[in-house]
Amino acid sequence: MSDGFRSHPLVQLTLLRLREFLREPEAVFWALIFPILLAGGLGIAFRGEAPEVVRVAVTDDAIAATLRQDPVLDVVAMTPDEAARALRSGRILLVVEPGADGGAAYRYDDTNPEARAARAAANQALQVASGRVDPVRVDDVITRETGARYIDFLIPGLVGMGIMGNAIWGLGFSIVDARRRKLMKRIIATPMPRHLFLGSFLAWRVLLLPVEVGVPVLFGRVAFDVPVRGGMIDLALLAMLGSMTFSAIGLLIASRAKTIEAVSGLMNFVMMPMWILSGVFFSADRFPDAVQPLIRALPLSALIDAIRASMLQGITLVALWPQVLTMIAWLVVSFIAAMWLFRWR
Amino acid sequence: MPSASPRVALRVDNLKKAYRDVQAVDGIHFELVAGECFGLLGPNGAGKTTTIEICEGLTPADSGVVEVLGLRWETDAKELRQRLGIQLQETQLAEKLTVLETLELFRSFFREGPLPAEALALVQLDEKRHARVGGLSGGQKQRLALACALVGNPDLLFLDEPTTGLDPQARRQLWDLIQQFKRDGRTILLTTHYMDEAQQLCERIAIMDHGRIIARGTPRELIDSIGIEHIVEFSTAGDVDLAPIRTMAGVKDVHPAGGFFEMQVTELHTCVPALVGELGRQKLALTELRTHSATLEDVFVALTGRHLRDE
Ligand SMILES: Nc1ncnc2c1ncn2[C@@H]1O[C@H](COP(=O)(O)OP(=O)(O)O)[C@@H](O)[C@H]1O
Ligand SMILES: [Mg+2]
Repeated sequence: MSDGFRSHPLVQLTLLRLREFLREPEAVFWALIFPILLAGGLGIAFRGEAPEVVRVAVTDDAIAATLRQDPVLDVVAMTPDEAARALRSGRILLVVEPGADGGAAYRYDDTNPEARAARAAANQALQVASGRVDPVRVDDVITRETGARYIDFLIPGLVGMGIMGNAIWGLGFSIVDARRRKLMKRIIATPMPRHLFLGSFLAWRVLLLPVEVGVPVLFGRVAFDVPVRGGMIDLALLAMLGSMTFSAIGLLIASRAKTIEAVSGLMNFVMMPMWILSGVFFSADRFPDAVQPLIRALPLSALIDAIRASMLQGITLVALWPQVLTMIAWLVVSFIAAMWLFRWR
Repeated sequence: MPSASPRVALRVDNLKKAYRDVQAVDGIHFELVAGECFGLLGPNGAGKTTTIEICEGLTPADSGVVEVLGLRWETDAKELRQRLGIQLQETQLAEKLTVLETLELFRSFFREGPLPAEALALVQLDEKRHARVGGLSGGQKQRLALACALVGNPDLLFLDEPTTGLDPQARRQLWDLIQQFKRDGRTILLTTHYMDEAQQLCERIAIMDHGRIIARGTPRELIDSIGIEHIVEFSTAGDVDLAPIRTMAGVKDVHPAGGFFEMQVTELHTCVPALVGELGRQKLALTELRTHSATLEDVFVALTGRHLRDE
């Protein structure tokens, strides 16, 4: 009987969560719309189209004429002053100047890989035009696979970040708000079993998960052809585990806080390191080897690594056991600690 | 231990509760008889909320006995929760829910009770059923809180300062509702710091101050106990010699009280003419004259030297 179902306290408490969420336009925007805008914007900025021509600034007419013979190079003649300014502002990455002994000098930042690539391209053009003959014959075989572009890297990162943010913010704010308004105290003064109150938060997260994960994945699929090689079921299972893990962490964060300010600070303190370290926007491999074990142990690293491996490479859940176990460990420890610390009033 | 009598809805004996540096409740006892409305009257910080929340099973006591409907919190919490209707002093219900949704939520927690719509009718909030809680007036929110306390069809109703912060009209409306609950035979424990509220609604009152009950009885008994029937307030143009007034027949006391004089008397019809005559002898013009019958406020002043509300 549908009326009997509707009058179950867990259903009513979950409806409370859903109504509070859906009737707060800002919450819906940040949870559902913002990730799409972000993915769209970044996807366009880093679109993997035909390799762009390399822009180089040249301050000498003779060298400029030589370099212009290579179609890969977009040669811009500049005075030394203009070139220096353009280099500083990042509009160009390489300046070619007259050098010692009638040669050339390259001015660039060697920590920037794109600048190094520009230097290599310019040098190649200059040497070949001046008569260099390469002793080994090489051929280029071009493959452009979906799954290797920046947008492919980004979408799993955004999915993971979204799961974390929605779970931690969702639970943190709702729990502390209910405690602050004494609504939690009022509710536990009724015969409702307390675990249903916590259960309603999980039910709410699980109900919204298909939208939270589905929207960015579908968007990546439609707009950029981002693959889901491991299949939707594996992705759903990983998302579910991730969401429960971060819900437990959110519960722990909100277990004692009495004000929104206090819980906001705690949430940012917990999430900030993971936004940076866990490889949302760029690969975590860039951090030193010494801290890699630490980074791998973060729950968001585990979630994002697993989603990426599943979506892009089609790796099965069994093979992802280290990430899965890492998340389960966080889930269990956070939940037990939260139950231990939780303040109902 | 079974309760002494089934007619006792609530029994509190030698109850104590201390917070870090305050003894919030300091050894109080009282009993609620089924069907009555019992009032805890006292100023802010007297310990009313602490007492009522211990009775509601929300705050543990340090020591003492609390027996609710013949049951104990330690052993019968589940059963008790089904049978109590609770309104807390400062709950803010979820603003985004509608009135009806809020009641459906609370109704789902209880085994039995009226339908949400019926509970709304009890507090005269039918026409607001689809309004968001956030858009209700203070009085309407308070009536919704009352409805939430009623959805489990409780045997005992706890109301903690139900009209605090409301305008006079909303208070009167709430009083009417509570009077109706009494006519329906409900047992109510009510706290308030409004003496007129206690006087209007409660059959019996315990006056609390600093965690103790300093007086108890029906409103009539309490007022009679101070032996003052009426209060006369007056002011004059010029300085009065109070000594001859103090010795007039029927005058209990007279003292300055912030810009005017307050005279406690037993009989108005002899004391007011005597006062006017005396001021005439002192050649002073009477600029203001007010009288009122003694109230619970005067009882509190007589007992503590302070007013209930420090305004
Ligand atoms: N949670 C608490 N922690 C510390 N002190 C408290 C707490 N609750 C109440 N008190 C103190 O106990 C005393 C009684 O408070 P309360 O029962 O709320 O009084 P009332 O409801 O009569 O205004 C006050 O001095 C108050 O400051
Ligand atoms: Mg109080």
